[in-house]
Amino acid sequence: MSQYLDYWADMLADPLIQRALLVAILVGGAAPVVGTYLVQRRLALLGDGIGHVALTGVALGWLIGAGLGLAPGALAVPGAVVAAVAGAVIIEVVRTSGRTSGDLALALMFYGGIAGGAALIKVAGGTSATLVSYLFGSLSTLSRGDVATAVALAAIILAVGLTARWALFAVAADEDFAKACGLPTAWWNIVTAALAALTVTVAMRVVGLLLVSALMIVPVAITQLWTRSFGRTMAWAALIGAGTGAAGLVAAYWYDLPPGATIVVLAILVYAAAAISRPVLVRVRSART
Amino acid sequence: MSALATAAHVDVNLAGNRILEDIDLTIRPGQRVGILGANGSGKSTLIKALLGLVPLAKGEVELFGQTPGRQLPWAKLAYVPQTSAVGAGVPTSALEVVRAGLLTGRRPWPPKGSKTRALAALAAVGLEDIARQAVAQLSGGQRHRVLLARALVRDPELLIMDEPLAGVDAASAERLVQALERRGQMTCLVVLHDLGPFERYLRRGIVLSHGRIVADGPLAEVLPTDHHHHHEDPRPRRSRTPELEVRP
Repeated sequence: MSQYLDYWADMLADPLIQRALLVAILVGGAAPVVGTYLVQRRLALLGDGIGHVALTGVALGWLIGAGLGLAPGALAVPGAVVAAVAGAVIIEVVRTSGRTSGDLALALMFYGGIAGGAALIKVAGGTSATLVSYLFGSLSTLSRGDVATAVALAAIILAVGLTARWALFAVAADEDFAKACGLPTAWWNIVTAALAALTVTVAMRVVGLLLVSALMIVPVAITQLWTRSFGRTMAWAALIGAGTGAAGLVAAYWYDLPPGATIVVLAILVYAAAAISRPVLVRVRSART
Repeated sequence: MSALATAAHVDVNLAGNRILEDIDLTIRPGQRVGILGANGSGKSTLIKALLGLVPLAKGEVELFGQTPGRQLPWAKLAYVPQTSAVGAGVPTSALEVVRAGLLTGRRPWPPKGSKTRALAALAAVGLEDIARQAVAQLSGGQRHRVLLARALVRDPELLIMDEPLAGVDAASAERLVQALERRGQMTCLVVLHDLGPFERYLRRGIVLSHGRIVADGPLAEVLPTDHHHHHEDPRPRRSRTPELEVRP
C-alpha cells in the first residue's frame, strides 16, 4: 500500500507531470465545450481538417523562427494559431457558399496542409521525432512557457465558449431562426470556427493534431447518451474530458504509454462502457419516474 | 396603418431555377393570411424571401417598413420554420429551445425572467409538463408546438409560420390553432399545404402556383368549392385534418 502511495507522491512531485496534468485537465475540460457546438452543427470532423492545416502553420513557425535565430519551435504554436484560424474561417466561408466544388477544395486544403507541413518541418531543421510530437502530442515535455500558452488559450476558449453560449447554441441549433431573431449568424459562425481553431492548437500539445477532434467530440458522445439538455451535456462533457485527460495521463505514466493516445483510448473505452450500460440506466430511470 | 410586410415585383432564383416570379403583396396589421398552393409552388420560398433568408433576383421586400438587415426591428417578429435541426444533434430540452427564442441581435443572451416566460409560452401550447424533456424524444406534433412556443415567447406583432401542420396529427393541429386563437390580436402569415383547423383561423388567402400569385382575397373566396374542384386546380382543398383530404 505504502509502495503505491510513494509511487503517487513521486509522480506528483515531478514538475513535468505537474505541468502535464494541469494542461491535460484544462484542455480536456475546454475542448468539449467547443465540441458541443460542433456536434450540434454536424461538424464533428471539422477539428481534423483544421488540425491538418495547423501542421503547415507549425512548420512555417519553425521556418520563420529559424530565420530569426530563435530556439527551434519557438514560433510553432503562434504559427499554428494563425494557420488554424485562417483555415477554419476559409472552411466556414466555403461551407456556407454551398458550392459542390467546395468539398473538393477543402479536401485539397487538408491534404496540402498536412503534406506541406511534413515537408516544411524538415526544411526548417526539424526531425521525424519533431513531426511525431506535433502529430501525436508531447504532453510529457512541456516547458513553463508551453503551460502559460496553454492556460491562456484555454482561458480564451472557455471565456468565449461559455459567455456566448446562448448565441452559439442558437446559431448552431437553428440558423434560419437565429437569423430571423436578428442575430448576425455569419459572425457567430466565424466565432465558432475560430474557437475550434484555437482548441485544435491548444490540444495539439496534449493529443497531437491527428487526435484533436477526439478531445472535442468523444466526451460529448459519451455525455449525450444520458443527458436531456444542451447545458448539461456541455457541463458533463467538460467534466468527463478533464477526468479522462488526467486519468489517461496517469495511466500513461504508470504503463509507459504515449499520453495523447492513452487519453483518447481511455475516453473511447468510457464511451463503450457508457453505451453498453445505457439500456440498464434507462430502465432504472424509467422505473423511478 | 402602414403595412407590416410588403413584396414588390419579387423574383427569386434558386440553383438556376425561377422559384418566384413577380410577387406583389401587402400584409397589414391584424391580418391572418394563409399562403396556399401545391407542393413546389414557392410558398416557403416566399416567406424566406420576406425574411431575407434567400437572395432576391429582382424586386424589394420590406418588414415593418425596413429591408431585412440590421436595422429591422426583429424583436417584433417571430418565425416558425418548417423543420428545425434543434435537438437532432446534442440533446436539447424544450425549455432551452424556447428560451433561445428570446435572443436578439443586440442582446444575444436570454433576458432576466426568461425561464418564467419560456414556461408560460410552453403552457400556452399545452406543453408545460415536458419543459425539461429532450425535444428529440417528443412526437412530431409536440416538436412543432415547441417551435411555436419559441416564436410566441417573443410576443411578436407579426408571426410567420412555414407549414406548421406538416407531420402533425389532427389533435396536435387543433391544439396549435387553439393556442393561436387564445393569443388574440396578432398578424399572422402561415404557409399551408392543407388548411386543417387553420380554415377557421385565417381570414385571407394568397394562392401560389408555379411561383406566381394566382389568387388573393378572403379565404372563402380563394378556396375552391368541392363541386368546382378539378384535378389541375393548384389551390388547396379543404380538409378536416392535415393528412386526410375530403373526397371531391
